[in-house]
Amino acid sequence: MSRQPYIRPMPKATWYLRNGRYKVYMLREVTCLLVGFYSFLMIYGLAALSQDTPQAWNAFLASQQNTFMTIVHAVALLYFLLYQTFAWFELAPKAMPLQLGEKKLPGSVIVIAHYVAWAILSGIIFFATGVI
Amino acid sequence: MARRQLELEIMRYDPEKDKAPWFQSYSVPCEEDWAILDAVNYVKENLDTTLAYRWSCHMMVCGSCGMMINGEPSLTCKTFIRDLPDKVKIEPLENFPIERDLVVVLDDVMEKLRMAQPFIIRKDDPPPPDTEYTQSRAALYKFKQYTMCINCMCCYAACPQYGLDPTFIGPAALAMAHRYNLDSRDQGKSERLDILGQHDGVWDCSFVGACSEVCPKSVDPAAAIQQMKVETAKEYWLQKLPGGRK
Amino acid sequence: MAIARKAIVWGLFAAGGTVSSFIFPALILLFLLVSSGHTPIGLEYEPARAFAAGLLGKIALFVVISLSLWHAAHRLRVVFHDFGVRRDQLVAKAVYLVAAVGTLMAAFYLFLIN
Repeated sequence: MSRQPYIRPMPKATWYLRNGRYKVYMLREVTCLLVGFYSFLMIYGLAALSQDTPQAWNAFLASQQNTFMTIVHAVALLYFLLYQTFAWFELAPKAMPLQLGEKKLPGSVIVIAHYVAWAILSGIIFFATGVI
Repeated sequence: MARRQLELEIMRYDPEKDKAPWFQSYSVPCEEDWAILDAVNYVKENLDTTLAYRWSCHMMVCGSCGMMINGEPSLTCKTFIRDLPDKVKIEPLENFPIERDLVVVLDDVMEKLRMAQPFIIRKDDPPPPDTEYTQSRAALYKFKQYTMCINCMCCYAACPQYGLDPTFIGPAALAMAHRYNLDSRDQGKSERLDILGQHDGVWDCSFVGACSEVCPKSVDPAAAIQQMKVETAKEYWLQKLPGGRK
Repeated sequence: MAIARKAIVWGLFAAGGTVSSFIFPALILLFLLVSSGHTPIGLEYEPARAFAAGLLGKIALFVVISLSLWHAAHRLRVVFHDFGVRRDQLVAKAVYLVAAVGTLMAAFYLFLIN
């Protein structure tokens, strides 16, 4: 009997459309574009802030004040929360298993700790910028 | 007991006759408590003796019967027809070359499992034959979950990174390496991480997490791999310390 | 045989992912407030500059921006690979170059703020 193993081709650009699990993974990974975008927006802001007069900074703030950017920020916030922040927190226990004696700490404890820390940190940022 | 008529669409491939795989349909009268493996066995015994497939224990411990059932890598002995629709598509495990019908070529993963060095490595001479290693229950529980792997390879079928690049060492091999790294009797962590910290090792994983979702024994290879990434990153810097390891 | 240098980039990726997951939602909300005409008083020129001029502000801003850049760069490299782009070495050089340039720019502008 002669062997002729058949190799099924994997569609390199569209494999993730095969099922829901892969689609969610791709939606999660493309949040890196948001991370990059806001990082460069911050650098742009720092460049404006580094000027000795307020004009550049005020122009930077004004550049955000239109309907298009409002929609961008609103959508980005929602997408980022769902596909980056919440996803990252839910996966955190996998990378840091804690065992006390013979009992493994349930993953939910680590996840809740992340949410609490996140709430506190966000609160500090809002307090420092005068939002609250 | 009630009966259900299931329509099985099974992938066939005869290397001596076929240029490419094709689907053959079988209508199978099933008892309602059957696993899909029972339906495939019915086909073999009563409808088509030429069907080739692997199975053995029928109780989720041997790891032989992994296949794609309606697109999901599963053990046919663990997938019950009460959880399946009337039409069931059965294909060989994804990401593996097809030998014949539902039988895949597993040579690659056998080699990968070896690369994980799945045995206790000691730096000292072996202890005399009548002494023993002591290990507390707490130490055992640290790695016990990763000992449950039955090498069914469903994780490799689910892993898109393995599909995109078969040089990736893969979930089961990495979970196995982690099992030994966590074992208190083992002293070979540095040695294993040196190999697994290479380009086709731990870094090819992008934490899709599909492997852990399909694992029939809840080994959670994805968790093992993330923990190994942390350990390997730490090990990288520890090796750079003057007078440090190696 | 030694551990690949990917260990370094992965470390930056993991740190950047943690930092951005915690900080970015509040940050994006701040941008949303500015955008909708409710600029918080802490983001006016004087208080913002005062924050960036202090050592704590400089360190915080640099760490957040540079780690986030490296996180985004490494992840984008993986995204290209997942979309079937086979030129990994080229993609890696390109994305890490952008992250390095961004890191230098952040450091440069922060240095200018006194």
